[in-house]
Amino acid sequence: MNIIGRKNIFLGISAIFIAAAVVAIAVFGFRQGIDFAGGTLWQFSIANNTPSADTLENFFKSNLDASDAIVGYDEANNNFMARLPMVSEPVHQKLVSALKDKYPSLEEASFQAIGPSVSSGLRKNAITAIIFVILGISLYVAFAFRKVYQPVSSWVYGLITLITLFHDVVIPAGLLALLGHYAKIEIDGNFIVALLVVMGFSVHDTIVVFDRIRENLLLDRGKAVFADLVNRSINQTMARSVNTSLTLILVLLAIYFVGPASLHYFVLTLLVGVTTGIYSSIFVASPLLVLWHNRKK
Amino acid sequence: MKKNPLFVLFLIVLVAIAAAFFVYPKNFGANFMPWRLGLDLIGGSHLVYTVDLSKVSGGDQDSVLNGLRDVIERRVNLFGVSEPQVFVAKSGNDSNLVVELAGIKDTAQAIQQIGETPLLDFREVEQNGTSTEFIQTNLTGRYITSAQLTFDPNTQAPQVSISFNADGANIFERMTAANVGKPLAIFLDGSLVEMPTVQEKISGGQAVITGRFTLSDAKTLVERFNAGALPAPITLISQQTISPTLGSDSLKKAIIAGIVGTLIVMAFMLAYYRMLGIFAVAALLLYVFLTLGIFKIIPITLSLAGLAGFILTIGMAVDANILIFERIKEELKKGFSRTSAIEEGFRRAWPSIRDSNTSTIITAIILYFFTSSFVQGFALTLLIGVLVSLFSAITTTRLLLRVFIKNTKQEIQNPKQISNNKSQAV
Repeated sequence: MNIIGRKNIFLGISAIFIAAAVVAIAVFGFRQGIDFAGGTLWQFSIANNTPSADTLENFFKSNLDASDAIVGYDEANNNFMARLPMVSEPVHQKLVSALKDKYPSLEEASFQAIGPSVSSGLRKNAITAIIFVILGISLYVAFAFRKVYQPVSSWVYGLITLITLFHDVVIPAGLLALLGHYAKIEIDGNFIVALLVVMGFSVHDTIVVFDRIRENLLLDRGKAVFADLVNRSINQTMARSVNTSLTLILVLLAIYFVGPASLHYFVLTLLVGVTTGIYSSIFVASPLLVLWHNRKK
Repeated sequence: MKKNPLFVLFLIVLVAIAAAFFVYPKNFGANFMPWRLGLDLIGGSHLVYTVDLSKVSGGDQDSVLNGLRDVIERRVNLFGVSEPQVFVAKSGNDSNLVVELAGIKDTAQAIQQIGETPLLDFREVEQNGTSTEFIQTNLTGRYITSAQLTFDPNTQAPQVSISFNADGANIFERMTAANVGKPLAIFLDGSLVEMPTVQEKISGGQAVITGRFTLSDAKTLVERFNAGALPAPITLISQQTISPTLGSDSLKKAIIAGIVGTLIVMAFMLAYYRMLGIFAVAALLLYVFLTLGIFKIIPITLSLAGLAGFILTIGMAVDANILIFERIKEELKKGFSRTSAIEEGFRRAWPSIRDSNTSTIITAIILYFFTSSFVQGFALTLLIGVLVSLFSAITTTRLLLRVFIKNTKQEIQNPKQISNNKSQAV
């Protein structure tokens, strides 16, 4: 399969996706969950005389004198998810008794109220963690490939890893921005964790390809054209790259369909991220390598 | 490794079987050491309080925090929650108190009880024969301005020196005058803490409590006096409560997902790599039991996030095996004998395995230090899982292959000849 030959097509596709993702983020922004914006997330069920989600939404809006209350209904588990501004514990209990007066079969599944100081701390930590991981991994790759001088110096491998990491993070983020706007899906701490895991794992297959390139360079001693060597390396490692990601995808699918509902968006982010990860390892990382090498000519 | 590979393999299998029994949540394993499950699996509350230290001078702050922590922990112990956790967490300039109540039945009541600041009061003691009665006075902690640890100048024995404000000094003077030679009871939060005997009437609002204190007893008392005397109001700023039903539902589903995931991966390895796949399956089984055993023995408190992390590592654990197998296939194609292909395969696959797993390890470590306690569980299981999977791939798989794959007759007779690659599936 001639990947390097068609590298402009593949890089072009990536560029389009990245641009779309960046636009989505710029236009829609992220819908922040309570982990980052503070607020209340309340999960409860009302078995008998079940009201509609709208009725409950109006109830909260009038009782809290707040305009931003959202109540969603999860059919599969017969649960309501209420997203409210931060309520203190006494207010929480008042709401509970008011609700219980109307609907005695109320049962609370979970209640999370996070104040602004805690959430701003989480937000800061999330950003710091992302930056550190990106830097840490890129530096490690540059270090791991330190003995590869020709024809591309070792820090270029690190730089390209940086770019592919960015690619693998921006696209799921863009998707979440889109979903946040159209499907009211929020990003929370789990999303950040998912992004970080995607970063850690996407580098797996990139390294597999780079490793083969390194080995072929050693064996080859500069006889072949660099582009051909890279193309050969990709084809040799294709089975490996795909399979390593495939096993992870299979496990993720299992968690998504059979596992607990609270992990759904976490797993979804991972699935998107791992897929873009394979794509970037095969169709983006190595073509960039060749592109860089050709520029020097 | 010069040791007999079969022997080492046998050892590993034994350990894995022992681990399997150990982790199974019933019978022997459960009785010896039950699993520690996180809040999101058995239900419970994670509460964060901020402590208002504005009225406390710098030097006393740590003392107040520790005293506060002690008081809250004692109060929380009354809820009947197994292993409550109360600890101080500093975030920037703020001091926070974190309370974790796993398995609590009534969170609302717990929060209400915690919210009341500690109360210190003195009571007079009436002893009639064997029964002891305590009579409340109006001398409470609000009259104490501070407490300090001092030492008896003669015996160097630890003592607690307390200072009352003007009003408190008067009350104290009257109380001690009326009770010379009798004990006075000091109550914290309604429980008796100390019962020192009054030596003489005390004026001037300074008192020294002597008694057979150990140094740590004295220190604790000082902290409690300071916490009781300098009320540091606490405010609940964050709460995460999960009901036990939701928790156990999540647990069940997560375990099923884990088993299904593992089976799917095994099926895939068998389908794609056939004969070699069997070794991957065996190595994976060993990996699962060993890792779970390590989790339980450390012990790690397993949360939902942690369980998810572990399931992810199952997907990643075969990673290394795939790299090795693909390499072995290549070496076989080049004409190496089976045993040589195996050794070469391992040798040349190792750099990829090492580098790619290191990136996940870096991520796990950064996750551990930068995120909340819920996520730390995930980072920890991810880290341990990756490390054990590295071990499993290099050691277990290699042992399995070494023990069970011998060169074919043709290869033994003609070691240098390029084999004809008759059997495809190896």
